[in-house]
Amino acid sequence: MTDALTPVLTDNWDAERAWTLAAYEERGGYAALDKAFAMAPDDVIDAVKESGLRGRGGAGFPTGMKWGFIPQDNPRPKYLVVNADESEPGTCKDIPLMMASPHTLVEGVILSAYAIRANTAFIYVRGEVLHVIRRLQRAVQEAYLAGHLGTDIHGSGYHLDLIVHAGAGAYICGEETALLEGLEGRRGQPRLRPPFPAVAGLYASPTVINNVESIASVPSIIANGPAWFAGMGTEKSKGFGIFSLSGHVRNPGQYEAPLGITLRELIDLAGGIREGHELKFWTPGGSSTPLLTPEHLDVPLDFESVGAAGSMLGTRALQLFDETTCVVRAVLRWTEFYKHESCGKCTPCREGTWWLTQTLARLEKGQGTEADLDLLLDQCDNILGRSFCALGDGATSPISSSIKHFRDEYLAHLTNGGCPFDPVASTAFAPAGASA
Amino acid sequence: MSTEYPVAQGQAQAEAAAPSDVLDATTLAELREIAARYPEPRSGLLPMLHLVQSAQGRITPEGIEACAEVLGISAAEVNGVATFYTMYKRRPVGDYHVGVCTNTLCAVMGGDLIFERLKEHLEVGNDETTEDGSITLEHIECNAACDYAPVMMVNWEFMDNQTPESAVQVVDDLRAGKPVHSTRGPRLCTWREAERVLAGFPDDRADEGPTAGPASLAGLRIAREKGWTAPASTLASSGEETDRD
Ligand SMILES: Cc1cc2nc3c(=O)[nH]c(=O)nc-3n(C[C@H](O)[C@H](O)[C@H](O)COP(=O)(O)O)c2cc1C
Ligand code: SF4
Repeated sequence: MTDALTPVLTDNWDAERAWTLAAYEERGGYAALDKAFAMAPDDVIDAVKESGLRGRGGAGFPTGMKWGFIPQDNPRPKYLVVNADESEPGTCKDIPLMMASPHTLVEGVILSAYAIRANTAFIYVRGEVLHVIRRLQRAVQEAYLAGHLGTDIHGSGYHLDLIVHAGAGAYICGEETALLEGLEGRRGQPRLRPPFPAVAGLYASPTVINNVESIASVPSIIANGPAWFAGMGTEKSKGFGIFSLSGHVRNPGQYEAPLGITLRELIDLAGGIREGHELKFWTPGGSSTPLLTPEHLDVPLDFESVGAAGSMLGTRALQLFDETTCVVRAVLRWTEFYKHESCGKCTPCREGTWWLTQTLARLEKGQGTEADLDLLLDQCDNILGRSFCALGDGATSPISSSIKHFRDEYLAHLTNGGCPFDPVASTAFAPAGASA
Repeated sequence: MSTEYPVAQGQAQAEAAAPSDVLDATTLAELREIAARYPEPRSGLLPMLHLVQSAQGRITPEGIEACAEVLGISAAEVNGVATFYTMYKRRPVGDYHVGVCTNTLCAVMGGDLIFERLKEHLEVGNDETTEDGSITLEHIECNAACDYAPVMMVNWEFMDNQTPESAVQVVDDLRAGKPVHSTRGPRLCTWREAERVLAGFPDDRADEGPTAGPASLAGLRIAREKGWTAPASTLASSGEETDRD
């Protein structure tokens, strides 16, 4: 029986100066390189396929399969790009990983780039995390000096350059094709697919884009074997992942566990919902994943089960809100976020998020009528599935799910002539026992 | 026209630009250095614009011209990029950029109240700078630190678990010139120094601050207490098939 928590990626975060090369190597860091270099690149891809690792950036696409799509007969250079844009509201796992142990990511980059036969790799990190960028820059520098990067790595004949690239503030640059635009020095607007990045990505060359946590999981798979990884998790959602608990829970933070753990178990580990309060609603994987309620506490947090419950596992960004929180206020704020971050390329999202905000703001103020709820759902209908990228779809998730679960609360704003909640009661510094 | 200061000279002739608006030779050389890091120079544009902000305190017309010149693209193209990303500022930024997260989770946990309090205390609105030029206040989107909500960023360093009172203390200390440390990082530098690091010129302070903050370690602490670990490797060191239990 596997333990409830399985620290792998987080295992060295309590080590002294874990971010340094010395600390990382002392724990066996970079040993997986020699093991991989003794394998053919295709065998590394096979190992990752066999492990069952699925993308940790939200969509859960099988990582090994993605690598297998790179056309090796294409004469152009191949590129690996790490998506370290982490901006989906609620998501806060990649940033502490890169802060505490940047070398785990760098080692993963080398293994992954070797597998897809790339000689240049990039880490596209959001610009708003200065100290994380310092640690990445330092780790890359140390790795070069130690011969883990550069020419003829470990005498293998393989060479790799790794560039840390700071973004400049744009949620949409987490979308992989918008990210490539940003990395090419352009406005971060998504590209039409096909062609997919595997065929024509960065500089129109075959490119793999993976999330930080996906790439950081690779060294452990190579070191311990695909069967070890696949031995954790559930049937179709293998391995471990970092679950990020935030909001009204006693001990918010990062909890690394096999996929399939439930929110009930996680809340227990986190000391329960804060004193004197109870869970009202939560996101399983960021604001773009439909809201769930206490009714869903026992849903296994894997890709299939959360999907069957009407939401998505997403990035395992578990934002927990207790009964002091106004769901309409929460949803309005997320909607303003999507409006602000809409890149403007397509009409349904650009115009639609504007209309959604207008309608919601009116409701939140207690103006408008019950018919506005249908108007909102109609507006969502015109965005979902008609937008150019998944940002538009994501914008509709909080709205349609909150109307489904909390219709009465919207109506209460109308009968009350405004928000019936006290915004102080939900704060972290509210006097104990404050209620809505 | 000389190739060394093409932009600066052009500007000076056309508008008699103030000396502070002119990019110096070092900055121009560094812009070229950034472009040269990439397989295709234009990839350097985002970091180059960070460098412009570091050198000039904002995105200036001269900075845009310089980037365009280095990359061989039009100023309009550079401008289109500079206006797309929220970290690039048209108006001068203070010594300290203070960002209060008001995305849903932080807002609910107190970010809205912190932002209101700072606006009042500093007598500025959103995206405005105090009269003494020390602080620029802005509300920001989710900064990937939700387990430390409510979160404030100063020059893009984490100030975790804030209250309205602690936030006021931070800005007062900054304005008084007292040293202030990130709760999970080093002593705060200026915004322009921070922008230089984002441009890819490290400041040698990676080793300051802790490995991780307390919330990052919440799960690991429990695992240590209970003796929980990931299963042992399934690969025998001999490379033979191992028996699994
Ligand atoms: C609006 C939007 C934002 C996204 N933001 C991120 C992000 O910050 N980090 C990330 O890894 N993936 C993000 N994604 C998903 C990426 O497009 C892509 O699927 C992912 O990086 C692939 O990596 P993976 O297969 O390892 O998960 C985002 C997608 C969308 C539509
Ligand atoms: S859905 Fe929104 S973010 Fe995506 S391309 Fe359209 S406008 Fe841009």
